[in-house]
Amino acid sequence: MENSALIKTRDLVKIYPMGSHELVALNNVSLDFKKGEFAGLVGPSGSGKTTLLNIIGSLDSPTRGSAIVMDKKVEELSAKQSARLRNEHIGFIFQTFNLLPVYTVFENVEFPLLLLGLSAAERKRLVMEALEWVRLADRAKSKPAQLSGGQSQRVAIARAIVKKPAIILADEPTANLDAENSHNILQIMEELNRETGTTFIFATHDEKVISYLKRKITLVDGKVARDEVMTPERRPEAEAEAGGTR
Amino acid sequence: MRILLKLALRNLLGAGLRTWLNVAVLSFAFVAIIWTQGLYKGMSRQAIQALTDAEYGGGQYWHSEYDPFNPLTLEDAHGPVPGPLEKLIEERKATAILIVQGTLYPQGRFLSVMIRGIDPAQEVLLFPSKFLETGEDAEIPAIIGSRMARSSGLKVGDTVTLRWRDAQGAFDARNIRIIQVMSTTVQSIDQGQVWLSLDTLRSLAGMEREATLITLSKGTTFSEEIPGWSYQSLDILLKDIHDLVRTKTLGATILYVILILLAMLAIFDTQVLSIFWRRKEMGTLMAMGMTRLKIIQLFTLEGALHAVLAALVAAAYGIPLLTLSARTGWAMPQAVDSYGFAIGERIFPAYSAGLVIGTTVLVMLVTTVVSFLPTRKIARLKPTDALRGRMS
Repeated sequence: MENSALIKTRDLVKIYPMGSHELVALNNVSLDFKKGEFAGLVGPSGSGKTTLLNIIGSLDSPTRGSAIVMDKKVEELSAKQSARLRNEHIGFIFQTFNLLPVYTVFENVEFPLLLLGLSAAERKRLVMEALEWVRLADRAKSKPAQLSGGQSQRVAIARAIVKKPAIILADEPTANLDAENSHNILQIMEELNRETGTTFIFATHDEKVISYLKRKITLVDGKVARDEVMTPERRPEAEAEAGGTR
Repeated sequence: MRILLKLALRNLLGAGLRTWLNVAVLSFAFVAIIWTQGLYKGMSRQAIQALTDAEYGGGQYWHSEYDPFNPLTLEDAHGPVPGPLEKLIEERKATAILIVQGTLYPQGRFLSVMIRGIDPAQEVLLFPSKFLETGEDAEIPAIIGSRMARSSGLKVGDTVTLRWRDAQGAFDARNIRIIQVMSTTVQSIDQGQVWLSLDTLRSLAGMEREATLITLSKGTTFSEEIPGWSYQSLDILLKDIHDLVRTKTLGATILYVILILLAMLAIFDTQVLSIFWRRKEMGTLMAMGMTRLKIIQLFTLEGALHAVLAALVAAAYGIPLLTLSARTGWAMPQAVDSYGFAIGERIFPAYSAGLVIGTTVLVMLVTTVVSFLPTRKIARLKPTDALRGRMS
């Protein structure tokens, strides 16, 4: 298991200076994530979920300890190397969708491919493929302002998957969505995970998301309190919802 | 860089009205700068052309006593034409001018004038001296300018008494007949001047073979030192014009610096606001794998592209406007004629490639610098802060 881990964290500590005192956001977190996992970091606000997700995504670096992502030590990466790691291997999905407002749906999804320097033909093929996945191919020319919340998040998912990354990090992806849209996008992500083997890691306290997880890591005060494998029997809500909507 | 350019253009055009307002102001600055500079260049070119054509030629030799700003020097400011200059005159590469003080008595009034003698056959200056070739009878043929005609009330065919003082200090007077009223933009050969044939004036003043100044033809490079005479190059003769144009250009420069500053302020403001409002977007770009440097380049490019768009917009409406202005000229008020600046009734702006390219490069350079300044904040921006919409 050690050898096949896509992401490894060892004794990860993240401390934020808060004026005269310090805030320990992560406290000796050691975790492994294998290829194809559909895992979630759960816990109350301030438990360190987003901080851990940011470090795994090389958006932040640990104060102490080590985070190895795709065989690269995050704490040792330069800004340029971090950017390359994110560009080539990691896709992000945010709570607020973070779509670029002046771009069309097509252009938003195309953006990561532009950074990868792919040809126009290749970009078009991949973008349309990703939009087909999220069932938004017919909205390619729309602007984000013309989309509903659920559609916007599906565009964000398409943008995250378009470059076929090894890892997708989703920070509270359903927080701004209603139940129906939440289940829609979770089903899309689950399907992607199943068919492409992409590793999904969520930071969430939304029960709807938790019900879809195959692995649930509970963080409390920056520490791993529980790390559970979720069997189908333990995911009644997801199964029930899936039965109703699929 | 191509990708950045594509993204910057997308962002810029996507910003809509804000972009086009900046572009409009900047394009106006482009056109205004080129037009005003072209106007002063045209003014300077016209004045220099008129002065060299009608008065200065390719430079002058002045009698050592001659001071054009002090009429009292005229009494002694004449002498025999030196050998080397005489040779040039024979070769038609120079022409002699004799200046004597005099008084004109039109309609019972009297006017102090400078009587200038010029060779009627000369071809050095664009001056209608050939009219002075008219066979002399009882009245001496004379040419005056249109300003002089206006102020003296004289017209072609009029006869008027002219009094002068000869080399010995004796006063004498004769009637002269106005045979031509010339129209010229050069005030210094018009207002207060009466032109006679050189030989006639020499004879009247008792100054045979003498001159006050010798004007060289354009292109004649003769500048040897001649005792008793001082060489006045075109640079010296045109110094006042150059100084005047420089002063006027400086005034215009202050105006267009203000204009550019306003445009730059708009762009700086846009950049600052853009960086403030688009922090989350920057975080997203970083999350997608863009480096800070690339984001700085993107935002700088966005700002700098304002100037490129402005140049295109300015070209769209500026080229027809400036071309029209260069063809029809800019009418000068009548009062300008009395300023002593030989520019004529209309100024025709002159736009050189250097002016257009220089202005474009300058505005683009300044825009790029102004666009870059606010982006320095991005260098310190942490991706996590940006994603939260904070500035590090």
